[in-house]
Amino acid sequence: METVFFYLFGGIALLAAINVVVQQKVFYSAISLIICLCAVAALYLALESYFIAAVQVIVYAGAIMVLFLFVIMLLDPFSAAILRDKKKYLGYLAGLLGVMALALLIPLLKSYNLAQAPRNPEFIGAGPGSIEHLGQVLFSEYLVPFEVTSILILVAIIGVVVLAKRQS
Amino acid sequence: MGLLHYLVLSMLLFIVGAVGFIIKKNVISVFLCLELMLNAVNLSFVAFSKHLNQVHGQIFVFLVMVVAAAEAAVGLAITIVLFRNRNTLNVDDADTMKW
Repeated sequence: METVFFYLFGGIALLAAINVVVQQKVFYSAISLIICLCAVAALYLALESYFIAAVQVIVYAGAIMVLFLFVIMLLDPFSAAILRDKKKYLGYLAGLLGVMALALLIPLLKSYNLAQAPRNPEFIGAGPGSIEHLGQVLFSEYLVPFEVTSILILVAIIGVVVLAKRQS
Repeated sequence: MGLLHYLVLSMLLFIVGAVGFIIKKNVISVFLCLELMLNAVNLSFVAFSKHLNQVHGQIFVFLVMVVAAAEAAVGLAITIVLFRNRNTLNVDDADTMKW
């Protein structure tokens, strides 16, 4: 089972990575990279790193890649053109996907009961790969690097605002 | 699946990213290949974390992601300024500091 999982998602990640390089349009490269990042997140799940997998999807494939796509849309005239040309068809597709996601999520959320939710001790509890252990190590042994990265992010925010501001 | 499988996959992803980093001409494509290389290294960190049964590798991945986010934000701001000043995204056109 794990072997199939590894080869499936490893293959998807590798093919998507090759597509990032082969693709001529930078918009399609970015979409391929999102697929590659999600496949690697699935591999993190196979490696029992649940927190890192969630952060990979939310921060990497979510926030960072959306930033990339914003800039691609802003600078690349081709990207704006694809969205204009296929707008109708893409809108219907997005609506269909949204309805499908709702139809899947509503019964799931209705049946969800926090009191009866399975508590996997490996996932929450005291195992070496658990989220609790990760948090404890992060906020004790690695407290100084953690605080330094927050300063790094502050510096990056200020730098980006200064750089991107139009000098008059 | 052993450690070796994940390391080989990580190596292949890194090589693909490195090749793209060298051959791509568009600044944003170069950035995407950079993200690919960071991601490949993250995969090997997590594989070692599982293999050694320690959590430190995952913390490294967390810090790498923070640095990648900061790097992407600053790099894209530089790209926007480059496009505004030179009206091009080709890396070969921005070679003032090359020699």
